[in-house]
Amino acid sequence: MTPVRVSIVGVLASVLLILVVLELVRGRRLKERYALLWLATGVVLLVLSAWRGGLNTIAGWVGVTSYPPAVLFAVATLFILLVLLHYSTVISKLTDENVELAQRIALLEERVGRPPTGPRSPAG
Amino acid sequence: MTRPRTVAVVPAFDESGAIGRVVGEIRAAQPGIDVVVVDDASTDDTAAVAEALGAIVLRLPFNVGIGGAVQTGFRYALEEGYERAVRLDGDGQHDAAEIGRLLGPLERDEAEVVIGSRFVDGGGSYRPPFGRRLGIRVFARLVSLLGGQRVTDTTSGFIALDRAGIELFAREYPHDYPEVEATLVALRSGLRLSQVQVEMRERETGASSITFVRSLYYIVKVLLALLVASLRRYPRLEGARR
Repeated sequence: MTPVRVSIVGVLASVLLILVVLELVRGRRLKERYALLWLATGVVLLVLSAWRGGLNTIAGWVGVTSYPPAVLFAVATLFILLVLLHYSTVISKLTDENVELAQRIALLEERVGRPPTGPRSPAG
Repeated sequence: MTRPRTVAVVPAFDESGAIGRVVGEIRAAQPGIDVVVVDDASTDDTAAVAEALGAIVLRLPFNVGIGGAVQTGFRYALEEGYERAVRLDGDGQHDAAEIGRLLGPLERDEAEVVIGSRFVDGGGSYRPPFGRRLGIRVFARLVSLLGGQRVTDTTSGFIALDRAGIELFAREYPHDYPEVEATLVALRSGLRLSQVQVEMRERETGASSITFVRSLYYIVKVLLALLVASLRRYPRLEGARR
C-alpha cells in the first residue's frame, strides 16, 4: 500500500502544479493552448495521489507489487515526455514559419527597393 | 524567338572573397540571364560586392541555412515569373561556363530538373576522399532506389529547373543539407530528372561548411529525411511528365 505521506506529498505537489499553471494563464504568460497538457498532467497526478485504492489497483495491473507509488513516477514521466514531444512539434512549426517570414522579408525588401543599410542618417 | 527568362540563384554566406568572381563569370558566360544572390545574413560585405556587380540581392534578415537561402531564390524566380532557374554556389565551386550545358535538357524538353553531376558514367576528375565518396554513392543508390530513376550525384548543388521545378522547390525545399532530399522529392513529384556531367572546382576562399561532427549529423539527418520523404505522398505537379 502507498505510504500516507507519499499520498499527501503527491496531492500537494499536484495541486501546486495546477495552481502555478492557472496563475501563469491568468497572467497571460502561458497560452491556454499550451497549458492544457500541463493541467491534464496535474489533474491525473492529483487523482492518482488522492485515490489510494485506485493507484494500488493500477499498480497491480502493470505488475508493480512492491511499491505502488512507482506508478505515480511512471505516469508523471510519461506526461512530461508528452509535453516535451508536443513542444518539439511547436518548435518545428515555429522554425518553419520563422524561415518563411525571413524569406518574405528578403523578397519584399528587394521589391520595395530600399534595403536597410544600418542606421539612417540624421540628415534624412 | 524570345529566349525563356532565366535566373541564376546564388546562395552566399560570408563569401565576399569569391562572390565577385562568381557573379562576374555568370554574367560573362550568360549575359542574358539575371543573377540573384541570396545573402544569408553574411557578416561581411557579400551583398554589397554582389550588388555592385549588377546582381539582384535578396538579403535574409538572419541566417536560415543553405536550403532556406536557396528556396528564397526559387521563390523569387516563381514570383517574378522566370521560366528557368539555375542554382550555383556562392563559393565558386560551380563553373558558370557549364550553365549552358546544364540548361540543355530543359531546352530540348527532356527534363524539368537537371542535376550537374560529377559522376555521370563514372567520368569527371573529381575524386573526393574515401568517406565522402562512399557517402555520395550510398545516397545516390538510395535515392535511385526510392525515386525509381538512376541518379549518380545527389549531393550536387549545381542544378537547373524549368517552371515546374521552380514551383516545386519554391514550395517544398528542405532547410538544411537539402540536396539529397530535394532530388528524391523531385522524382516522387513526377518530374523528369536529367543529369549532365560537370566539373567542380576546389573552393577558392572560405571553408567548406561540412566538418567531421557535422558530417555525422548530415548523414543521419539525410537518411531520416529520405525515409520520411519516401513515406510521404507528394501530389503530382501540373507540369509533371514522368
